[in-house]
Amino acid sequence: MSLDKPYKDLPGTTIFDAEQSRMGYHLNQFCTSLMKAANRERFKANERAYLDDWPMTEGQKQAVLARDLNRCIELGGNIYFLAKIGATDGKSFQQMAGSMTGMTEQEYRDMMVKGGRSPAGNRYLGEDGDAQPHHQPQGAAGCRAQGG
Amino acid sequence: MTMARITASVYTPHVPAIGAALDLGKDQEPYWQKVFSGYEASKKWIRDNMPDVVFLAYNDHANAFSLELIPTFAIGTAAEYEPADEGWGPRPVPKVIGHPEFASHIVQSVIQEDFDLTIVNKMDVDHGLTVPLSLMFGNPRKSDFRWPCRVIPFAVNVVQYPVPSGRRCFALGQAIRRAVESYDEPLNVQIWGTGGMSHQLQGARAGLINQPWDNRFLDRLIADPTDLSLMPHIEYVREAGSEGIELVMWLIARGAMADVAGGAKPKVIHRFYHVPASNTAVGHLILENAR
Repeated sequence: MSLDKPYKDLPGTTIFDAEQSRMGYHLNQFCTSLMKAANRERFKANERAYLDDWPMTEGQKQAVLARDLNRCIELGGNIYFLAKIGATDGKSFQQMAGSMTGMTEQEYRDMMVKGGRSPAGNRYLGEDGDAQPHHQPQGAAGCRAQGG
Repeated sequence: MTMARITASVYTPHVPAIGAALDLGKDQEPYWQKVFSGYEASKKWIRDNMPDVVFLAYNDHANAFSLELIPTFAIGTAAEYEPADEGWGPRPVPKVIGHPEFASHIVQSVIQEDFDLTIVNKMDVDHGLTVPLSLMFGNPRKSDFRWPCRVIPFAVNVVQYPVPSGRRCFALGQAIRRAVESYDEPLNVQIWGTGGMSHQLQGARAGLINQPWDNRFLDRLIADPTDLSLMPHIEYVREAGSEGIELVMWLIARGAMADVAGGAKPKVIHRFYHVPASNTAVGHLILENAR
């Protein structure tokens, strides 16, 4: 039986549902382990060895090592769990959220101070807002990527 | 009065950066002053209307509950709760003092009304619970290091989809009001709904803010919460961002107000809206029941 998932047509958004949660279980539980100071130290001392203690996929481990939060989310990670990696790195929620847009920290902060990202063009996949796949990465990085 | 009574409801975000700004003494910086200025009237109001107990609906952010256990509705019946270490170290705020007898009474009443609550006798509380306390009371001074009232933590799953519907939350609030009003002790109880407003913390759409939608949500929450409670999840997500779904928790608090059960309309004591606090739109409201 198929379930109703009306949220599959949102651009730049992954809803953490049962399917994502199942895929990301060990990735997210690894993140939970970083709530203990001793584990944070052990992870920082040798990230690869620490990750190898968890039954995560190689793709999940690589995404964590690269701090590629978009990829982590694609592979079942949830932002509240992934935030423990950010905390271990001394990063704020704003720095973590901004990193997923391709913008620099300052660009993202400026966008928020100016009122945030508009929903216009960002409600459905296939529109033309700044969160749509064909407008990534955003900010100066996007201009460079498009030769602008 | 001889029975417990819900006197008011408070609605506020629980953005972790707000707690960090207070804890690190950045609250006088212009960026944060714009947020905290919206709570000056609230702090004065609550000093004059100090509750005995706050029933505080919030969500845990993968701190008390990992993926090992994901309760949809969890009520704290413990005597006290420590601030959680969320990865940055625990917030330097006092432990939270619960009300086990009253919480257990609410458990018994609400479960018998068919809401299957998870009962929690031991958990740490994260920024979802402690930031609203800091906003409304200010951070307690070292010389008197305690929160000014008791708190019953009520954690709602908004991390793993599907979260409870607005309609379910609104009905739950009504059951909580009946439970409170059947408690045979003259407690002044406030119910707080926390989270939101529009925000998204993930993906290329991170940073989404929808000011017209948020303000309309506030209008409808005040004037016609029954209709608002019928809003489907997808509208929260599409219009207010993936984390804007936290706003369903506001409907728990609104459902507990007297007018929903045929009483007088509540008085709007305070309304405030500001963008941004970190990634989030700050919407804040205080509604008071007629005395």
